[in-house]
Amino acid sequence: MSATVFNNARIVDPSRGLDENGTVIVADGKILAAGKGAANQGAPDNATIVDCGGHAVLPGLVDARVFIGEPGAEHRETIASASRAAAAGGVTSLVMMPDTAPIIDDVALVEFVLRTARETAIVNIFPSAAITKGFAGRELCEFGLLKEAGAVMLTEGRATIANALTMRRALTYARDLGITIAHETQDRDLGASGVMNEGLFASWLGLAGIPREAETIPLARDLMLTGLTGGRYHAAKISTAMSAAAIARARNEGAHVSAGVSINHLALNENDIGDYRTFFRLSPPLRAEEDRLAMVEALRNGVIDIIVSSHDPQDVDTKRLPFAEAESGAIGLETLLSAALRLHHNGDVPLMRLVECLSTTPARLFGLPGGTLKPGAPADLVLVDLDAPWLVREADIRSLSKNTCFEGARMQGRVLQTMVAGRKVFSA
Amino acid sequence: MTDAPFPLYPHRHLLGIKGLSPLDIETLLDRADAAVAISRQREKKTATLRGRTQINLFYEASTRTQSSFELAGKRLGADVMNMSVGSSSTKKGETLLDTAITLNAMRPDILVIRHSAAGAAALLAQKVSCSVVNAGDGAHEHPTQALLDALTIRRAKGRIGGLTVAICGDILHSRVARSNIVLLNALGARVRVVAPSTLLPTGIAQMGVEPFTRMDEGLKGADIVMTLRLQRERMAGSLVPSVREYFRLYGLDAEKLKFAKDDVLVMHPGPMNRGVEIASEIADGPQSLIQEQVEMGVAVRMAVMEALLDPRRNAEGGAA
Repeated sequence: MSATVFNNARIVDPSRGLDENGTVIVADGKILAAGKGAANQGAPDNATIVDCGGHAVLPGLVDARVFIGEPGAEHRETIASASRAAAAGGVTSLVMMPDTAPIIDDVALVEFVLRTARETAIVNIFPSAAITKGFAGRELCEFGLLKEAGAVMLTEGRATIANALTMRRALTYARDLGITIAHETQDRDLGASGVMNEGLFASWLGLAGIPREAETIPLARDLMLTGLTGGRYHAAKISTAMSAAAIARARNEGAHVSAGVSINHLALNENDIGDYRTFFRLSPPLRAEEDRLAMVEALRNGVIDIIVSSHDPQDVDTKRLPFAEAESGAIGLETLLSAALRLHHNGDVPLMRLVECLSTTPARLFGLPGGTLKPGAPADLVLVDLDAPWLVREADIRSLSKNTCFEGARMQGRVLQTMVAGRKVFSA
Repeated sequence: MTDAPFPLYPHRHLLGIKGLSPLDIETLLDRADAAVAISRQREKKTATLRGRTQINLFYEASTRTQSSFELAGKRLGADVMNMSVGSSSTKKGETLLDTAITLNAMRPDILVIRHSAAGAAALLAQKVSCSVVNAGDGAHEHPTQALLDALTIRRAKGRIGGLTVAICGDILHSRVARSNIVLLNALGARVRVVAPSTLLPTGIAQMGVEPFTRMDEGLKGADIVMTLRLQRERMAGSLVPSVREYFRLYGLDAEKLKFAKDDVLVMHPGPMNRGVEIASEIADGPQSLIQEQVEMGVAVRMAVMEALLDPRRNAEGGAA
């Protein structure tokens, strides 16, 4: 197999706390060496030599929350098209949500995803599976068989399990198998009619609001049940300071909890909805600026562990509607890294911490290969010009759906090359 | 009236009161004053909009608003077509935008839209090449209602600035309340809202009003009391416990109206639920402006369409 040597690179590897200029040597699909002394090992024969010009080499991004339309809505996104979007965004591994048609709640469907990924995808695709059959919130899926088949996470996708007893049993049973339950929480009654964050802005727009409590009340319940059961729980997408505080408290009390935030909730707020722009209808809804700042702070201080794109392709049939009738969700694989780099450029979050939350920690939390540039690790990496300016244009989007929150946005920091298992899958 | 010396209305559409300047509003009211005279003549038809096409696209049933727009267009000489789409359910067929694109191809000059979703009028306006008038979009805005209310008040009281206006009832779901709050503030009135807190939107105190939850306090010293319709589905148990409790605490009757000024005037956007938000003795009494509101409605809609299709705007396009 071919070899590649990245010379003159700024190597940022949170798994070793490394941020130094040096060389990354890739051979046989694995990292052979990465660091300032790596050049001493000499280049393998016939290696492709890349002069990075001082640009950064990071472990490839691991996106733990990606919605894909295959099976069932291939016109919105296929596993292949999502993988091309991921590669362009520097994402080398992604966890696919079970929100497909049919819902991934059965071994055969996990196998379908893995087989399709093997045949068509250019990045690593890891399936997740539903917690309850058909997302109905009652019968548990076959956690053990699903794990054996390759499901890396159990999640109800966009749905919330309303029944506390079901959640207790899921956490208890999953604990025995060492699988994490990942859950987005929205109280089905408190948040039912709402379409955006509750507050003055929603009041003026005449749109029904979703209070912050709709997220935190079921989350607080889950966290207590996590303490009770000793299970492993991941709060998949939080958006409020109250939720962050609840997680910090549960963790202090010894519960096995982790938390994620979508890039949208770090980069945007409810004002972006402006004049009923449906691409900004998200779940949880974009909150106020003070909530966004609270999410940034929770990311910096370690309460939030990972950043996800929450990539959710929607087409004109589901978005070109009045705001309250449109589906929620936005694509994000291609802009995840660049949007996150805004926090680095404006001094809010150090680069090392960002890469940790985008790559190293999600790989560790869900037991995935990658997320590191340690020798012996798979050569999943991304070469990034951290400063290159670019403009997000609809015409350039690789996803089959174009519902980005960043159309027309100016970005600073662009992927130059993405490598999965030593193979170049994207180059600018 | 085509040579009316009114300042040019500077917008292509009327989507809401928000975004209009006090001058825009006053000008529309001045135009409407002139239109009242037309409606009171024996010969009520003018040629101002002769040859122009107006389409009324109503996704929610509304006899009153739709006929008011229809009559307004006809009195200006326009060709008026009514499309009652009935349900807003997108599952049943064509989406709002597809309908809009289809209608646009028929080259109307003005589209009047009523829809249950907030923002529907703005969405439509992005996709069509004619002027759009919002005849009510969800709980967002109902600008011609606020304008007709303002015209009614101005004609009855001689002014709007400095008056105290109490808006009572279901503020939470009311586009009429939102448009009125913006308009009355723009013209310098003091605006209060009176309702149980379950019917007040979040952040109401920052919306340019003084909120009250008791009628005696909210009506004290009021020059104008506006009551809003309480939708049937909101009466039973969810937001207010019962009709009889609502009427007891918030229904506008003679006893509660005594808290207002002696020369207080009463308004209601209609259709009324007698015995729910308003007592018949008040609705039909000497202080009621409810009939005037209906008359002013036609005049205001004439004024709005005339302003939007002002021939001076289209001079270069040659459309006039």
